Amino acid sequence: MAEPSEVLVKMVNIRKSFGHVEVLRGVDFEVGYNEIVGLLGDNGAGKSTLIKILTGVHQPDSGEIYWKGKKLVNYSVAKARELGIETVFQERALSEQHSLWRNIFMGREITNRWGFIDIRKQREEAERIIREYMGFTSSALSVDAIVGTMSGGEKQGVAIARALHFQADLIILDEPTTGLSLSETQKVLSFVEEIKKKGKSAIFITHNIYHVYPVADRIVILDRGRVVGEFMKAAISLEELVEKLYLVARTGRLNGEGEVSQGTPTTPHGLESLMP
Amino acid sequence: MRNRWLSENRTQFSILFVLFVLLLLFIISSPKTFLSGDIYAAFMSTIPFSMIMALSLTLVVICGEMDLSFPSIMGFCGYVFTQVFHATRSVALALLICVIVGLIAGYLNGLLVVKLRLPSLVVTIGTQFFWAGLTQVLCQGLGKTLVPTKESPLYYLLVGRVLGKIPVQIFWAVVVGFFLWLVLNRHRFGAHIYYTGDNEASARVMGVNVDRVKIIVFTQMGGFAAFAGVLASLEVLYFWPTLGQGYLLKTIAAVFLGGTPVEGGVGTIFGTFIGAIIIGILEAGIIAMGLSGFWTQLVYGLIIVISIAIHSVLRRRVA
Repeated sequence: MAEPSEVLVKMVNIRKSFGHVEVLRGVDFEVGYNEIVGLLGDNGAGKSTLIKILTGVHQPDSGEIYWKGKKLVNYSVAKARELGIETVFQERALSEQHSLWRNIFMGREITNRWGFIDIRKQREEAERIIREYMGFTSSALSVDAIVGTMSGGEKQGVAIARALHFQADLIILDEPTTGLSLSETQKVLSFVEEIKKKGKSAIFITHNIYHVYPVADRIVILDRGRVVGEFMKAAISLEELVEKLYLVARTGRLNGEGEVSQGTPTTPHGLESLMP
Repeated sequence: MRNRWLSENRTQFSILFVLFVLLLLFIISSPKTFLSGDIYAAFMSTIPFSMIMALSLTLVVICGEMDLSFPSIMGFCGYVFTQVFHATRSVALALLICVIVGLIAGYLNGLLVVKLRLPSLVVTIGTQFFWAGLTQVLCQGLGKTLVPTKESPLYYLLVGRVLGKIPVQIFWAVVVGFFLWLVLNRHRFGAHIYYTGDNEASARVMGVNVDRVKIIVFTQMGGFAAFAGVLASLEVLYFWPTLGQGYLLKTIAAVFLGGTPVEGGVGTIFGTFIGAIIIGILEAGIIAMGLSGFWTQLVYGLIIVISIAIHSVLRRRVA
Protein backbone atom coordinates (compact mmCIF):
# COMPACT_ATOMS: atom_id res chain seq x y z
CA MET A 1 0.00 0.00 0.00
CA ALA A 2 0.99 3.58 -0.56
CA GLU A 3 2.54 5.85 2.03
CA PRO A 4 -0.06 8.02 3.82
CA SER A 5 1.28 11.18 2.18
CA GLU A 6 0.75 9.83 -1.33
CA VAL A 7 -2.99 9.40 -0.94
CA LEU A 8 -5.84 11.69 -0.02
CA VAL A 9 -7.09 9.60 2.85
CA LYS A 10 -5.76 6.42 4.38
CA MET A 11 -7.40 4.32 7.05
CA VAL A 12 -5.14 1.77 8.73
CA ASN A 13 -6.21 -1.35 10.65
CA ILE A 14 -9.59 0.06 11.68
CA ARG A 15 -11.46 -1.98 14.28
CA LYS A 16 -14.88 -1.30 15.63
CA SER A 17 -17.30 -3.31 17.75
CA PHE A 18 -20.81 -2.58 18.88
CA GLY A 19 -21.34 -4.61 22.03
CA HIS A 20 -20.24 -8.13 21.23
CA VAL A 21 -20.52 -7.69 17.49
CA GLU A 22 -17.25 -6.98 15.76
CA VAL A 23 -18.31 -4.93 12.76
CA LEU A 24 -14.89 -3.97 11.43
CA ARG A 25 -12.04 -6.41 11.93
CA GLY A 26 -8.90 -4.57 10.92
CA VAL A 27 -9.80 -2.75 7.73
CA ASP A 28 -7.23 -0.95 5.58
CA PHE A 29 -8.79 1.48 3.14
CA GLU A 30 -7.50 4.37 1.10
CA VAL A 31 -8.58 6.84 -1.53
CA GLY A 32 -6.06 8.48 -3.84
CA TYR A 33 -6.09 11.98 -5.27
CA ASN A 34 -8.59 12.26 -8.12
CA GLU A 35 -9.69 8.68 -7.67
CA ILE A 36 -13.14 7.14 -7.66
CA VAL A 37 -13.29 4.13 -5.36
CA GLY A 38 -16.19 1.72 -5.47
CA LEU A 39 -16.97 0.25 -2.07
CA LEU A 40 -18.96 -2.94 -2.53
CA GLY A 41 -20.48 -5.09 0.14
CA ASP A 42 -23.64 -6.63 1.37
CA ASN A 43 -25.79 -5.33 4.21
CA GLY A 44 -23.84 -5.81 7.40
CA ALA A 45 -20.50 -5.97 5.61
CA GLY A 46 -19.40 -2.89 7.53
CA LYS A 47 -19.58 -0.33 4.72
CA SER A 48 -21.64 2.20 6.55
CA THR A 49 -19.70 1.81 9.79
CA LEU A 50 -16.45 2.37 7.90
CA ILE A 51 -17.88 5.49 6.29
CA LYS A 52 -19.26 6.78 9.58
CA ILE A 53 -15.77 6.48 11.05
CA LEU A 54 -14.36 8.31 8.03
CA THR A 55 -16.88 11.13 8.46
CA GLY A 56 -16.31 11.41 12.20
CA VAL A 57 -19.69 10.09 13.28
CA HIS A 58 -18.19 7.06 15.07
CA GLN A 59 -14.81 6.75 16.74
CA PRO A 60 -12.90 3.55 15.89
CA ASP A 61 -11.88 1.24 18.74
CA SER A 62 -8.42 1.15 17.23
CA GLY A 63 -6.69 2.11 14.02
CA GLU A 64 -5.49 5.31 12.42
CA ILE A 65 -6.76 7.75 9.83
CA TYR A 66 -4.49 9.95 7.74
CA TRP A 67 -5.71 12.91 5.67
CA LYS A 68 -3.21 14.13 3.08
CA GLY A 69 -0.49 12.42 5.08
CA LYS A 70 -1.41 13.91 8.44
CA LYS A 71 -2.71 11.71 11.21
CA LEU A 72 -6.10 12.82 12.46
CA VAL A 73 -6.64 13.25 16.18
CA ASN A 74 -9.81 14.34 17.98
CA TYR A 75 -11.69 13.61 14.82
CA SER A 76 -15.31 14.75 14.57
CA VAL A 77 -18.09 15.48 12.09
CA ALA A 78 -17.25 19.18 12.14
CA LYS A 79 -13.59 18.40 11.50
CA ALA A 80 -14.50 16.20 8.54
CA ARG A 81 -16.46 19.00 6.91
CA GLU A 82 -13.63 21.39 7.59
CA LEU A 83 -11.21 19.08 5.80
CA GLY A 84 -13.51 18.88 2.77
CA ILE A 85 -15.23 15.54 3.21
CA GLU A 86 -18.82 15.82 2.06
CA THR A 87 -21.32 13.01 2.29
CA VAL A 88 -24.16 12.82 -0.17
CA PHE A 89 -26.62 10.87 1.90
CA GLN A 90 -29.21 8.46 0.71
CA GLU A 91 -31.84 10.86 1.95
CA ARG A 92 -29.74 13.52 0.21
CA ALA A 93 -29.92 16.25 2.87
CA LEU A 94 -32.32 18.35 0.86
CA SER A 95 -35.22 20.51 1.88
CA GLU A 96 -37.90 19.12 -0.38
CA GLN A 97 -40.51 21.85 -0.06
CA HIS A 98 -38.08 24.53 -1.16
CA SER A 99 -36.57 25.68 -4.41
CA LEU A 100 -33.40 24.42 -6.02
CA TRP A 101 -31.56 27.70 -5.52
CA ARG A 102 -32.36 27.75 -1.82
CA ASN A 103 -31.21 24.15 -1.43
CA ILE A 104 -27.87 24.75 -3.11
CA PHE A 105 -27.04 27.34 -0.47
CA MET A 106 -28.77 25.65 2.45
CA GLY A 107 -26.83 26.44 5.60
CA ARG A 108 -24.30 28.50 3.59
CA GLU A 109 -26.41 31.40 2.36
CA ILE A 110 -24.89 34.35 0.57
CA THR A 111 -25.70 37.25 2.87
CA ASN A 112 -24.71 40.80 3.59
CA ARG A 113 -23.10 41.61 6.91
CA TRP A 114 -26.47 41.75 8.70
CA GLY A 115 -27.39 38.28 7.55
CA PHE A 116 -29.87 39.30 4.87
CA ILE A 117 -29.83 36.94 1.92
CA ASP A 118 -28.79 38.22 -1.49
CA ILE A 119 -31.55 36.42 -3.37
CA ARG A 120 -30.53 37.61 -6.84
CA LYS A 121 -26.95 36.53 -6.41
CA GLN A 122 -27.96 33.17 -4.95
CA ARG A 123 -30.26 32.46 -7.88
CA GLU A 124 -27.60 33.44 -10.40
CA GLU A 125 -24.95 31.36 -8.66
CA ALA A 126 -27.33 28.40 -8.42
CA GLU A 127 -28.01 28.70 -12.14
CA ARG A 128 -24.28 28.67 -12.86
CA ILE A 129 -23.65 25.73 -10.50
CA ILE A 130 -26.30 23.44 -11.96
CA ARG A 131 -25.05 24.21 -15.47
CA GLU A 132 -21.42 23.73 -14.65
CA TYR A 133 -21.66 20.64 -12.48
CA MET A 134 -24.80 18.95 -13.69
CA GLY A 135 -24.97 19.97 -17.31
CA PHE A 136 -28.55 21.11 -16.78
CA THR A 137 -29.79 23.90 -18.96
CA SER A 138 -32.25 26.36 -17.56
CA SER A 139 -34.91 25.04 -19.89
CA ALA A 140 -34.49 21.50 -18.56
CA LEU A 141 -34.57 22.49 -14.93
CA SER A 142 -35.29 25.86 -13.41
CA VAL A 143 -33.48 27.04 -10.29
CA ASP A 144 -36.96 27.86 -9.00
CA ALA A 145 -38.07 24.22 -9.23
CA ILE A 146 -39.24 22.81 -5.92
CA VAL A 147 -36.84 20.01 -5.05
CA GLY A 148 -39.68 17.68 -4.04
CA THR A 149 -40.97 17.75 -7.62
CA MET A 150 -37.64 16.66 -9.10
CA SER A 151 -36.67 13.08 -9.97
CA GLY A 152 -34.45 10.98 -7.75
CA GLY A 153 -31.48 11.33 -10.09
CA GLU A 154 -31.85 15.09 -10.29
CA LYS A 155 -31.96 15.36 -6.52
CA GLN A 156 -28.79 13.30 -6.29
CA GLY A 157 -27.27 15.66 -8.84
CA VAL A 158 -28.19 18.72 -6.81
CA ALA A 159 -26.52 17.22 -3.75
CA ILE A 160 -23.38 16.35 -5.73
CA ALA A 161 -23.24 19.76 -7.43
CA ARG A 162 -23.58 21.41 -4.06
CA ALA A 163 -20.73 19.36 -2.61
CA LEU A 164 -18.49 20.12 -5.61
CA HIS A 165 -19.26 23.79 -5.49
CA PHE A 166 -18.28 24.01 -1.85
CA GLN A 167 -14.85 22.58 -2.63
CA ALA A 168 -15.15 19.15 -1.15
CA ASP A 169 -12.04 17.10 -1.87
CA LEU A 170 -13.70 13.81 -1.09
CA ILE A 171 -17.34 13.14 -1.83
CA ILE A 172 -18.91 10.09 -0.28
CA LEU A 173 -21.90 8.80 -2.22
CA ASP A 174 -24.01 6.56 -0.04
CA GLU A 175 -25.98 4.18 -2.29
CA PRO A 176 -26.61 6.94 -4.83
CA THR A 177 -28.34 4.69 -7.34
CA THR A 178 -30.50 2.59 -5.06
CA GLY A 179 -34.14 2.82 -6.02
CA LEU A 180 -33.50 4.78 -9.21
CA SER A 181 -34.67 3.90 -12.70
CA LEU A 182 -32.20 3.02 -15.43
CA SER A 183 -32.13 6.49 -16.99
CA GLU A 184 -31.91 8.14 -13.58
CA THR A 185 -29.00 5.87 -12.71
CA GLN A 186 -27.26 6.96 -15.91
CA LYS A 187 -27.66 10.58 -14.82
CA VAL A 188 -26.11 9.88 -11.44
CA LEU A 189 -23.19 8.05 -13.08
CA SER A 190 -22.56 11.07 -15.28
CA PHE A 191 -22.48 13.25 -12.15
CA VAL A 192 -19.89 10.90 -10.68
CA GLU A 193 -17.79 11.29 -13.83
CA GLU A 194 -18.10 15.03 -13.28
CA ILE A 195 -16.45 14.63 -9.88
CA LYS A 196 -13.49 12.93 -11.54
CA LYS A 197 -13.26 15.62 -14.21
CA LYS A 198 -13.11 18.32 -11.55
CA GLY A 199 -10.07 16.61 -10.09
CA LYS A 200 -11.80 15.49 -6.90
CA SER A 201 -12.15 12.06 -5.31
CA ALA A 202 -15.19 10.02 -4.42
CA ILE A 203 -16.22 6.87 -2.62
CA PHE A 204 -19.16 5.20 -4.31
CA ILE A 205 -20.92 2.85 -1.90
CA THR A 206 -23.24 0.37 -3.49
CA HIS A 207 -24.67 -3.13 -3.69
CA ASN A 208 -24.53 -3.09 -7.42
CA ILE A 209 -21.32 -3.93 -9.27
CA TYR A 210 -22.89 -2.96 -12.59
CA HIS A 211 -23.44 0.60 -11.41
CA VAL A 212 -20.05 1.18 -9.92
CA TYR A 213 -17.84 -0.62 -12.46
CA PRO A 214 -18.19 1.94 -15.29
CA VAL A 215 -17.17 4.90 -13.14
CA ALA A 216 -14.74 3.47 -10.58
CA ASP A 217 -10.95 3.47 -10.83
CA ARG A 218 -10.63 0.88 -8.13
CA ILE A 219 -13.08 -1.46 -6.46
CA VAL A 220 -12.88 -2.61 -2.85
CA ILE A 221 -15.01 -5.50 -1.62
CA LEU A 222 -15.92 -5.60 2.02
CA ASP A 223 -17.35 -8.70 3.61
CA ARG A 224 -18.22 -9.16 7.26
CA GLY A 225 -15.83 -6.55 8.52
CA ARG A 226 -12.86 -7.39 6.29
CA VAL A 227 -11.56 -6.24 2.96
CA VAL A 228 -11.75 -9.45 0.93
CA GLY A 229 -10.78 -8.06 -2.44
CA GLU A 230 -9.32 -5.00 -4.07
CA PHE A 231 -9.01 -4.53 -7.83
CA MET A 232 -7.84 -1.82 -10.16
CA LYS A 233 -10.43 -1.56 -12.84
CA ALA A 234 -7.74 -1.47 -15.51
CA ALA A 235 -6.60 -4.92 -14.39
CA ILE A 236 -9.89 -6.76 -14.34
CA SER A 237 -12.85 -7.08 -16.64
CA LEU A 238 -16.41 -6.82 -15.42
CA GLU A 239 -16.94 -10.53 -16.13
CA GLU A 240 -13.91 -11.53 -14.09
CA LEU A 241 -15.00 -9.31 -11.26
CA VAL A 242 -18.47 -10.81 -11.20
CA GLU A 243 -16.89 -14.26 -11.09
CA LYS A 244 -14.73 -13.22 -8.15
CA LEU A 245 -17.80 -11.95 -6.37
CA TYR A 246 -19.52 -15.30 -6.83
CA LEU A 247 -16.51 -16.92 -5.32
CA VAL A 248 -16.56 -14.65 -2.32
CA ALA A 249 -20.25 -15.28 -1.92
CA ARG A 250 -19.75 -19.02 -1.92
CA THR A 251 -16.65 -19.30 0.19
CA GLY A 252 -15.99 -16.01 1.86
CA ARG A 253 -12.60 -16.03 0.15
CA LEU A 254 -11.31 -14.80 -3.15
CA ASN A 255 -9.20 -17.82 -4.04
CA GLY A 256 -11.92 -20.16 -2.94
CA GLU A 257 -9.56 -22.30 -0.85
CA GLY A 258 -8.82 -22.87 2.78
CA GLU A 259 -10.75 -21.92 5.82
CA VAL A 260 -13.93 -19.95 5.48
CA SER A 261 -14.09 -17.01 7.83
CA GLN A 262 -17.59 -17.67 9.12
CA GLY A 263 -20.73 -19.54 8.26
CA THR A 264 -20.90 -22.77 6.32
CA PRO A 265 -18.87 -23.01 3.14
CA THR A 266 -21.60 -24.46 0.98
CA THR A 267 -24.23 -21.87 1.79
CA PRO A 268 -23.89 -18.65 -0.11
CA HIS A 269 -24.38 -15.77 2.26
CA GLY A 270 -24.73 -12.05 2.07
CA LEU A 271 -22.91 -11.28 -1.10
CA GLU A 272 -25.42 -12.93 -3.38
CA SER A 273 -27.27 -9.65 -3.38
CA LEU A 274 -24.33 -8.16 -5.24
CA MET A 275 -25.27 -10.30 -8.17
CA PRO A 276 -27.60 -9.11 -10.86
CA MET B 1 -41.58 35.13 -14.22
CA ARG B 2 -45.12 36.27 -13.65
CA ASN B 3 -46.39 32.70 -13.60
CA ARG B 4 -43.81 31.69 -11.06
CA TRP B 5 -44.92 34.50 -8.79
CA LEU B 6 -48.55 33.50 -9.17
CA SER B 7 -47.99 29.82 -8.52
CA GLU B 8 -45.65 30.42 -5.60
CA ASN B 9 -48.24 32.57 -3.92
CA ARG B 10 -51.40 30.70 -4.71
CA THR B 11 -52.24 29.76 -1.13
CA GLN B 12 -52.03 33.43 -0.28
CA PHE B 13 -54.37 34.34 -3.11
CA SER B 14 -56.82 31.68 -2.08
CA ILE B 15 -57.02 32.96 1.49
CA LEU B 16 -57.39 36.54 0.24
CA PHE B 17 -60.21 35.32 -1.94
CA VAL B 18 -61.93 33.75 1.08
CA LEU B 19 -61.68 37.08 2.91
CA PHE B 20 -63.22 38.98 -0.01
CA VAL B 21 -66.06 36.51 -0.36
CA LEU B 22 -66.81 36.80 3.35
CA LEU B 23 -66.73 40.60 3.28
CA LEU B 24 -68.96 40.65 0.22
CA LEU B 25 -71.38 38.29 1.95
CA PHE B 26 -71.47 40.51 5.05
CA ILE B 27 -71.91 43.68 3.01
CA ILE B 28 -74.78 42.22 0.99
CA SER B 29 -76.56 40.83 4.02
CA SER B 30 -76.11 43.86 6.28
CA PRO B 31 -74.97 46.85 4.24
CA LYS B 32 -75.71 49.31 7.02
CA THR B 33 -73.18 47.76 9.37
CA PHE B 34 -70.53 46.77 6.89
CA LEU B 35 -70.48 49.96 4.83
CA SER B 36 -69.90 52.21 7.83
CA GLY B 37 -66.42 52.91 9.17
CA ASP B 38 -67.31 52.18 12.77
CA ILE B 39 -67.20 48.42 12.49
CA TYR B 40 -63.78 48.53 10.83
CA ALA B 41 -62.47 50.79 13.60
CA ALA B 42 -63.77 48.24 16.08
CA PHE B 43 -62.08 45.42 14.19
CA MET B 44 -58.81 47.32 14.17
CA SER B 45 -58.95 47.76 17.91
CA THR B 46 -59.58 44.11 18.80
CA ILE B 47 -57.89 42.06 16.07
CA PRO B 48 -54.26 43.16 16.67
CA PHE B 49 -53.88 41.31 19.99
CA SER B 50 -54.43 37.88 18.56
CA MET B 51 -52.95 38.89 15.21
CA ILE B 52 -49.58 39.77 16.73
CA MET B 53 -49.46 36.41 18.49
CA ALA B 54 -50.60 34.57 15.36
CA LEU B 55 -47.85 36.21 13.30
CA SER B 56 -45.30 35.19 15.88
CA LEU B 57 -46.77 31.69 16.19
CA THR B 58 -46.39 31.28 12.43
CA LEU B 59 -42.62 31.05 12.91
CA VAL B 60 -43.09 28.35 15.54
CA VAL B 61 -45.37 26.31 13.28
CA ILE B 62 -43.13 26.71 10.21
CA CYS B 63 -40.32 25.42 12.39
CA GLY B 64 -42.37 22.25 12.86
CA GLU B 65 -43.23 22.97 16.48
CA MET B 66 -46.29 24.13 18.42
CA ASP B 67 -46.78 26.48 21.34
CA LEU B 68 -49.89 26.29 23.51
CA SER B 69 -48.52 28.39 26.35
CA PHE B 70 -48.60 31.84 24.76
CA PRO B 71 -52.02 32.81 26.18
CA SER B 72 -50.77 32.10 29.70
CA ILE B 73 -47.52 33.93 29.07
CA MET B 74 -49.65 36.82 27.81
CA GLY B 75 -51.64 36.74 31.06
CA PHE B 76 -48.63 36.42 33.35
CA CYS B 77 -46.82 39.21 31.54
CA GLY B 78 -49.92 41.40 31.83
CA TYR B 79 -49.67 40.83 35.56
CA VAL B 80 -45.96 41.70 35.59
CA PHE B 81 -46.68 44.85 33.58
CA THR B 82 -49.40 45.94 35.99
CA GLN B 83 -47.29 45.29 39.09
CA VAL B 84 -44.22 47.07 37.76
CA PHE B 85 -46.34 49.97 36.61
CA HIS B 86 -47.97 50.39 40.01
CA ALA B 87 -44.61 50.14 41.74
CA THR B 88 -42.76 52.58 39.50
CA ARG B 89 -45.47 54.56 37.68
CA SER B 90 -43.43 54.13 34.50
CA VAL B 91 -45.12 52.59 31.49
CA ALA B 92 -41.81 52.33 29.66
CA LEU B 93 -40.11 50.41 32.45
CA ALA B 94 -43.16 48.18 32.95
CA LEU B 95 -43.26 47.43 29.23
CA LEU B 96 -39.55 46.66 29.12
CA ILE B 97 -39.60 44.30 32.10
CA CYS B 98 -42.79 42.65 30.92
CA VAL B 99 -41.34 41.87 27.48
CA ILE B 100 -38.12 40.57 29.05
CA VAL B 101 -40.16 38.24 31.28
CA GLY B 102 -42.05 37.09 28.18
CA LEU B 103 -38.80 36.39 26.35
CA ILE B 104 -37.51 34.40 29.32
CA ALA B 105 -40.72 32.35 29.50
CA GLY B 106 -40.44 31.62 25.76
CA TYR B 107 -36.75 30.78 26.14
CA LEU B 108 -37.64 28.24 28.84
CA ASN B 109 -40.10 26.58 26.45
CA GLY B 110 -37.39 26.38 23.80
CA LEU B 111 -34.85 25.03 26.26
CA LEU B 112 -37.20 22.30 27.47
CA VAL B 113 -38.06 21.28 23.92
CA VAL B 114 -34.45 21.20 22.72
CA LYS B 115 -32.57 19.91 25.73
CA LEU B 116 -35.06 17.32 26.92
CA ARG B 117 -36.01 16.38 23.37
CA LEU B 118 -39.68 16.54 24.32
CA PRO B 119 -42.48 17.27 21.88
CA SER B 120 -43.31 20.96 22.10
CA LEU B 121 -47.02 20.17 22.30
CA VAL B 122 -46.44 18.38 25.61
CA VAL B 123 -43.96 20.88 27.02
CA THR B 124 -46.18 23.87 26.32
CA ILE B 125 -49.28 22.22 27.75
CA GLY B 126 -47.27 22.02 30.95
CA THR B 127 -45.93 25.56 30.86
CA GLN B 128 -49.36 26.84 29.86
CA PHE B 129 -50.79 25.57 33.15
CA PHE B 130 -47.74 26.75 35.04
CA TRP B 131 -47.91 30.41 33.95
CA ALA B 132 -51.70 30.57 34.22
CA GLY B 133 -51.51 29.04 37.69
CA LEU B 134 -48.73 31.35 38.79
CA THR B 135 -50.78 34.35 37.69
CA GLN B 136 -53.79 33.13 39.66
CA VAL B 137 -51.74 32.46 42.78
CA LEU B 138 -50.01 35.83 42.67
CA CYS B 139 -53.03 38.02 42.04
CA GLN B 140 -55.49 35.90 44.03
CA GLY B 141 -58.08 36.31 41.32
CA LEU B 142 -58.13 40.07 41.61
CA GLY B 143 -57.74 42.52 38.71
CA LYS B 144 -56.24 45.96 38.87
CA THR B 145 -56.88 49.26 37.16
CA LEU B 146 -54.53 50.69 34.58
CA VAL B 147 -56.27 54.05 34.21
CA PRO B 148 -53.22 56.02 35.42
CA THR B 149 -51.28 54.81 32.39
CA LYS B 150 -53.19 57.42 30.40
CA GLU B 151 -50.86 60.03 31.90
CA SER B 152 -48.00 58.53 29.90
CA PRO B 153 -47.50 59.46 26.23
CA LEU B 154 -46.54 55.84 25.69
CA TYR B 155 -50.17 54.88 26.27
CA TYR B 156 -51.20 56.84 23.19
CA LEU B 157 -48.29 55.44 21.23
CA LEU B 158 -49.45 51.91 22.01
CA VAL B 159 -53.25 51.97 21.97
CA GLY B 160 -54.23 55.59 21.14
CA ARG B 161 -56.35 56.65 18.20
CA VAL B 162 -55.03 58.29 15.05
CA LEU B 163 -57.33 61.09 13.85
CA GLY B 164 -59.55 60.18 16.76
CA LYS B 165 -60.59 56.99 15.05
CA ILE B 166 -57.97 54.53 13.86
CA PRO B 167 -56.56 52.42 16.71
CA VAL B 168 -52.77 52.61 16.87
CA GLN B 169 -52.43 48.92 17.73
CA ILE B 170 -53.26 47.95 14.16
CA PHE B 171 -50.08 49.75 13.08
CA TRP B 172 -48.16 47.74 15.65
CA ALA B 173 -49.58 44.55 14.20
CA VAL B 174 -48.52 45.67 10.72
CA VAL B 175 -45.03 46.58 11.97
CA VAL B 176 -44.67 43.19 13.68
CA GLY B 177 -45.92 41.48 10.52
CA PHE B 178 -43.46 43.35 8.32
CA PHE B 179 -40.58 42.63 10.68
CA LEU B 180 -41.35 38.91 10.83
CA TRP B 181 -41.88 38.79 7.06
CA LEU B 182 -38.46 40.37 6.59
CA VAL B 183 -36.84 37.81 8.89
CA LEU B 184 -38.59 34.84 7.27
CA ASN B 185 -38.13 35.80 3.65
CA ARG B 186 -34.98 37.83 3.48
CA HIS B 187 -32.82 36.80 6.41
CA ARG B 188 -30.63 33.75 6.81
CA PHE B 189 -32.35 32.98 10.10
CA GLY B 190 -35.73 32.79 8.39
CA ALA B 191 -34.35 30.37 5.81
CA HIS B 192 -33.05 28.23 8.66
CA ILE B 193 -36.52 28.18 10.25
CA TYR B 194 -37.95 26.82 6.98
CA TYR B 195 -35.20 24.17 6.64
CA THR B 196 -35.64 23.06 10.24
CA GLY B 197 -39.36 22.58 9.74
CA ASP B 198 -38.98 20.91 6.36
CA ASN B 199 -36.46 18.25 7.33
CA GLU B 200 -34.66 18.61 10.61
CA ALA B 201 -32.09 15.91 9.84
CA SER B 202 -31.19 17.50 6.50
CA ALA B 203 -30.89 20.92 8.08
CA ARG B 204 -28.55 19.53 10.73
CA VAL B 205 -26.37 17.78 8.15
CA MET B 206 -26.10 21.02 6.18
CA GLY B 207 -24.81 22.88 9.19
CA VAL B 208 -27.98 24.62 10.38
CA ASN B 209 -27.91 25.01 14.15
CA VAL B 210 -31.34 23.47 14.60
CA ASP B 211 -31.38 23.74 18.40
CA ARG B 212 -30.52 27.41 18.33
CA VAL B 213 -33.19 28.08 15.69
CA LYS B 214 -35.85 26.42 17.84
CA ILE B 215 -34.86 28.21 21.03
CA ILE B 216 -34.94 31.60 19.33
CA VAL B 217 -38.30 30.85 17.72
CA PHE B 218 -39.88 29.97 21.08
CA THR B 219 -38.22 32.98 22.71
CA GLN B 220 -39.70 35.47 20.25
CA MET B 221 -43.13 33.86 20.74
CA GLY B 222 -42.91 34.65 24.46
CA GLY B 223 -41.83 38.23 23.77
CA PHE B 224 -44.68 38.94 21.36
CA ALA B 225 -47.21 37.29 23.69
CA ALA B 226 -46.04 39.70 26.41
CA PHE B 227 -46.36 42.65 24.04
CA ALA B 228 -49.88 41.56 23.04
CA GLY B 229 -50.75 41.25 26.73
CA VAL B 230 -49.71 44.85 27.37
CA LEU B 231 -51.72 46.12 24.39
CA ALA B 232 -54.82 44.16 25.42
CA SER B 233 -54.61 45.39 29.03
CA LEU B 234 -54.00 49.00 28.06
CA GLU B 235 -56.87 48.93 25.57
CA VAL B 236 -59.37 48.25 28.38
CA LEU B 237 -57.28 50.06 31.03
CA TYR B 238 -57.65 47.11 33.32
CA PHE B 239 -55.69 43.98 34.07
CA TRP B 240 -57.88 40.90 34.32
CA PRO B 241 -56.39 37.83 35.98
CA THR B 242 -57.94 35.77 33.18
CA LEU B 243 -56.12 37.78 30.51
CA GLY B 244 -55.15 35.54 27.60
CA GLN B 245 -57.94 33.04 27.99
CA GLY B 246 -59.92 32.64 24.80
CA TYR B 247 -56.99 33.52 22.55
CA LEU B 248 -55.56 30.04 22.17
CA LEU B 249 -57.75 28.43 19.53
CA LYS B 250 -58.50 31.60 17.57
CA THR B 251 -54.82 32.38 17.24
CA ILE B 252 -53.89 28.86 16.17
CA ALA B 253 -56.84 28.86 13.75
CA ALA B 254 -55.56 32.10 12.18
CA VAL B 255 -52.21 30.44 11.45
CA PHE B 256 -53.79 27.34 9.88
CA LEU B 257 -56.34 29.42 7.96
CA GLY B 258 -53.42 31.37 6.56
CA GLY B 259 -52.09 28.24 4.92
CA THR B 260 -49.27 27.25 7.25
CA PRO B 261 -49.56 23.46 7.62
CA VAL B 262 -49.13 21.84 11.00
CA GLU B 263 -46.21 19.77 9.63
CA GLY B 264 -44.18 22.94 9.12
CA GLY B 265 -41.56 23.65 6.48
CA VAL B 266 -43.73 26.13 4.61
CA GLY B 267 -46.06 28.96 5.50
CA THR B 268 -46.41 32.70 5.10
CA ILE B 269 -46.78 35.78 7.25
CA PHE B 270 -49.22 37.30 4.78
CA GLY B 271 -51.46 34.24 5.01
CA THR B 272 -51.57 34.48 8.79
CA PHE B 273 -52.26 38.21 8.56
CA ILE B 274 -55.34 37.55 6.43
CA GLY B 275 -56.25 34.51 8.54
CA ALA B 276 -56.29 36.66 11.68
CA ILE B 277 -58.55 39.20 9.97
CA ILE B 278 -61.00 36.48 8.92
CA ILE B 279 -61.15 35.04 12.43
CA GLY B 280 -61.56 38.58 13.79
CA ILE B 281 -64.45 39.64 11.57
CA LEU B 282 -66.38 36.38 11.56
CA GLU B 283 -68.16 36.80 14.86
CA ALA B 284 -69.36 40.34 14.22
CA GLY B 285 -70.26 39.42 10.67
CA ILE B 286 -72.35 36.45 11.62
CA ILE B 287 -74.29 38.41 14.21
CA ALA B 288 -74.76 41.34 11.81
CA MET B 289 -76.17 38.88 9.28
CA GLY B 290 -78.99 38.24 11.72
CA LEU B 291 -77.87 34.81 12.84
CA SER B 292 -77.78 34.25 16.56
CA GLY B 293 -74.50 34.04 18.43
CA PHE B 294 -75.04 30.30 18.60
CA TRP B 295 -74.12 30.10 14.95
CA THR B 296 -70.67 31.64 15.27
CA GLN B 297 -68.90 28.48 16.42
CA LEU B 298 -70.50 26.45 13.69
CA VAL B 299 -69.46 28.93 11.02
CA TYR B 300 -65.95 29.15 12.47
CA GLY B 301 -65.70 25.43 12.13
CA LEU B 302 -66.95 25.42 8.54
CA ILE B 303 -64.65 28.21 7.38
CA ILE B 304 -61.61 26.62 9.01
CA VAL B 305 -62.26 23.16 7.62
CA ILE B 306 -63.01 24.47 4.12
CA SER B 307 -59.95 26.73 4.01
CA ILE B 308 -57.61 24.04 5.25
CA ALA B 309 -59.04 21.66 2.66
CA ILE B 310 -58.36 24.22 -0.08
CA HIS B 311 -54.78 24.70 1.13
CA SER B 312 -54.18 20.99 1.22
CA VAL B 313 -55.48 20.50 -2.33
CA LEU B 314 -53.36 23.39 -3.62
CA ARG B 315 -50.25 22.03 -1.95
CA ARG B 316 -50.76 18.58 -3.39
CA ARG B 317 -51.00 20.06 -6.86
CA VAL B 318 -47.73 21.87 -6.35
CA ALA B 319 -46.04 18.70 -5.18
